[in-house]
Amino acid sequence: MSEFYTSLDHFAILPALLMGLFGCAIFLFDLWLFPSAREKRYLAWFVIVAEVFVAVALFRQFAYLKSAGVSSVAAFKGLLSIDGFSIFFNFMFLVAALLAAMVSYRYLEEERENHGEYYALLLMAQCGMFFLASATELVSLFIGVELMTITFYVLVGFLARDKRSNEAAIKYFILGSFSSAFLAYGFSLLYGLTGSTHLTEITVALASRPLDEPLLVIAIITTTVGVLFKLAAAPFHMWAPDVYEGAPTPVTAYLAVGSKAAAIAMLLRLFEGPLASSREVWEPMIALVAIVTITVGNLGALSQHNIKRMLAYSAIAHAGYMLLGLVAGNDTGIKGVVIYAFVYTFMNFGAFLVLIGLRQRDASGETMEELHGLMRRNGPASVMMLVFLVSLAGIPPTAGFIAKYFIFLALIETGHYWLALIGVLYVAVAIYYYFRVVRAMFLESPSGTMNLIPSLGLRLAIVGAGVGTIGLGLFAEPFLRLAGMSILR
Amino acid sequence: MPIPLLSLVLLTPLAGMLVLLFLPSGNKRLIRLWANIAGFLGFLASVPLVLQFDKTLPGFQFTEDLNWIPFLGVRYTLGLDGISLLLVMLTTVMSFLSILCSWSAVEDRLKSYYAMLLLLETGMVGVFLALDFFLFYVFWEVVLVPMYFLIGVWGGPRKLYAAIKFFLYTLTGSVLMLVAMLVLYFAHHAQFGVYTFNIQELLRTAMPIATQQWVFWLLFIGFAIKVPMFPFHTWLPDAHTEAPTAGSVLLAAILLKMGTYGFLRFSLPLLPDASGSLVIVRALVTLSLIGILYGALVSLVQKDWKKLVAYSSVSHLGFCTLGIFALNPNGIAGSVIQQINHGISTGMLFLIVGVIYERRHTREIGEYGGLAHVMPKFATVFAIAMLSSAGLPMLNGFVGEFTILQGAFESNPLWAAVAVIGVILGAAYLLWLFQRTMLGQITNVKNLGLPDLNLREIAIFVPLIAWALWIGIYPKPYFDVLEKPVAQIVERVRPGYYQGMPAEKPVEAAQR
Repeated sequence: MSEFYTSLDHFAILPALLMGLFGCAIFLFDLWLFPSAREKRYLAWFVIVAEVFVAVALFRQFAYLKSAGVSSVAAFKGLLSIDGFSIFFNFMFLVAALLAAMVSYRYLEEERENHGEYYALLLMAQCGMFFLASATELVSLFIGVELMTITFYVLVGFLARDKRSNEAAIKYFILGSFSSAFLAYGFSLLYGLTGSTHLTEITVALASRPLDEPLLVIAIITTTVGVLFKLAAAPFHMWAPDVYEGAPTPVTAYLAVGSKAAAIAMLLRLFEGPLASSREVWEPMIALVAIVTITVGNLGALSQHNIKRMLAYSAIAHAGYMLLGLVAGNDTGIKGVVIYAFVYTFMNFGAFLVLIGLRQRDASGETMEELHGLMRRNGPASVMMLVFLVSLAGIPPTAGFIAKYFIFLALIETGHYWLALIGVLYVAVAIYYYFRVVRAMFLESPSGTMNLIPSLGLRLAIVGAGVGTIGLGLFAEPFLRLAGMSILR
Repeated sequence: MPIPLLSLVLLTPLAGMLVLLFLPSGNKRLIRLWANIAGFLGFLASVPLVLQFDKTLPGFQFTEDLNWIPFLGVRYTLGLDGISLLLVMLTTVMSFLSILCSWSAVEDRLKSYYAMLLLLETGMVGVFLALDFFLFYVFWEVVLVPMYFLIGVWGGPRKLYAAIKFFLYTLTGSVLMLVAMLVLYFAHHAQFGVYTFNIQELLRTAMPIATQQWVFWLLFIGFAIKVPMFPFHTWLPDAHTEAPTAGSVLLAAILLKMGTYGFLRFSLPLLPDASGSLVIVRALVTLSLIGILYGALVSLVQKDWKKLVAYSSVSHLGFCTLGIFALNPNGIAGSVIQQINHGISTGMLFLIVGVIYERRHTREIGEYGGLAHVMPKFATVFAIAMLSSAGLPMLNGFVGEFTILQGAFESNPLWAAVAVIGVILGAAYLLWLFQRTMLGQITNVKNLGLPDLNLREIAIFVPLIAWALWIGIYPKPYFDVLEKPVAQIVERVRPGYYQGMPAEKPVEAAQR
């Protein structure tokens, strides 16, 4: 190995390489080995095998850090970093991609859109997310953003015959490129101000600059806008409900969970790194954005009739809570953000899983009416949905409570009493719309004959997400320790 | 290692529920039988607590302490003092009886129904046993979900509305409580450098009065909604009226006590300066007195039997909070006893409504009249329940109300004077209810063939009547059990109260 590609570099980038290689393999084998539509489902196995390899690679990185006794290792001359943070987030993406692959095949067959490249795209998106969590350099970060979002444009519009899906893809594409432009502009300003694209060097250079410099403020604002777009935080959330509703449900779940966690990873990399010294400038701004986001998300969700749309608004609200953790800004708060993102992966994906199971050729399985009396037809699935919703609402003893709890803990620790009060009161608002679904499933009498069609993958995925949601709530300790190791300071 | 008695009480219903889930859904008889057995086992598990409880010891007994989330300083800490002993016993007894009373009342989705009742029992017991604030909060919230379903699935015509209203009200209060809990947690850490939610540790935290006051108000909203105190009571009539009989019984007998228990366990000891301050005592006593009168007056005009009983709870719970904020031993001990009494009496009244509703499927008072002719046993039971609720001497209600009035008088005679009007009104609406439904000639032909109480129903009422008589005739054991914990609370809020000092009233102290 040359000095441009050392064994350490290889070790650091291996997970991304694996995703890319398996993705390309799927593109090849799709036409070569599995030409008929019926066989496409076997391609899901490629994703699963890929994830096993990725998991091993990530675990080896983790073991390496532990045995070397260091908190982070830089690779590619500081382009990438192996640290607890990147490993933790990559594990989240892994869970999301794995769940998405497990539940997609039946859904796509119902939609008659079972094409092989879908599975490759899942891996490519994950590859983009990898760079968002691991890159410590602006250009690599930006490439990660683009790889992830461009893949998602395709995935969102995957139902070529469905108008809603097409509309969603176009919307997401236009607004997404717009936000990428903002991000690129912000990055270029940061580079112009500091003469470097490496986050560590930018951090040093910015620390000595006066905060009232107009260019710096503009750089912060444009970068923030770009990140908030990806995070679907208000006032840059408008794309989310339409895109979530239009996309194929497994993609919606993957987008809601994976891309949001990736955006959070980038947010933390930037705001806990280069922008940490200018906290005074952005803290009030982010606090305001967080409160507006929670408000818009929760109030928007109240009147939704389509459950995917409701979950989209609720996802906006959740992003607001994560931002509150950043506002608190102490160790507890940052830990809170990481924990929130992780817990959110399980509970939000879980809620979408049940909707995926309800999708049938002649019924969308997305409206409140279609869920009426589901309890009597699909008891276990309804109970699992209840668990996910209760967790999303943040009621103990589920994981969602632990996540929200950390955010409030941090806010009160840092004296943000009003933010904490507003945050907790919206929990009560959220209960109303989450329990509209509960009410439809358990309290209303059955109207249709809508039935859950669980494929084996879906069953396993629901059980997995359920175990995560309850397990992380009841036995939070080991998981909290891991999350504690993953913060960036 | 000694047997972890408290965990046993806590987990028996949960274990019963888990077994229940594996029974075949089709076999209704087996499900009913097992649920009743599980309920009875839950009660049996709590009996050793009474036998082994040492009333001469201050502090908590049977304590258990395990690590739960050390990362946060959260522990699984359980303990029992006189106040929680009484409330836990009330919980296990009422839970068993409410399972028993559902034998023929519920046909639909039987397994889920009993599962919810048993889960609810675990939650309620946990609330009264937890000594860790975090654990307390978890149980507090766990109670909401099964109750939501009990009202929402098996409730009356407006069940959907009532269920979500109940949920939203309580949850709003409890999330504010969460904020208060975290403020205490950090205040403690600031002083001692240790993160803990243990109540006995949190007691040592000294906080400036201003902080105490706003933390008090946050806790207050959480507890006052649950009690419910006027003006937070509006969820209660809906929830109580729409819930199935067992749900109403447990709501009235246990869930409301979670609020008063919260005041006694958290607000008063943890925030002693705030709890004794003039503004707060005046505000809380005023709200209690309004609650007493308002609840009684609204009960007088009800046409719905169940709603009348529901509103009477607002009035009775007003007595309980009045007793607490009289801030003297009589007031607080009376309040706890009145909480038990209310559980027994109002529990019986709801069971009575349940019995008649099962037969006639209406709760309109106007539909009934002269029932004593066809259902003499039923009328007798109702008479006892009604008199115990109205506070007739020799029955339990009298002991509680009298002690509370004594305590209130000691603090301020005016409070007692106003509260007495509530006692009179209470007798009025209850006696009038009895007269309209039981006495006179049978006015409605539909009531002619009503069957009297059967053996199972009598078995439900007998223990409650016996308990009411016991407290009414010989309340000494209850006062003995309460003496130490009540003294601790009083000593905490008004230091020096017991040193032979002339009892200085908080109001006067603050006026100087």
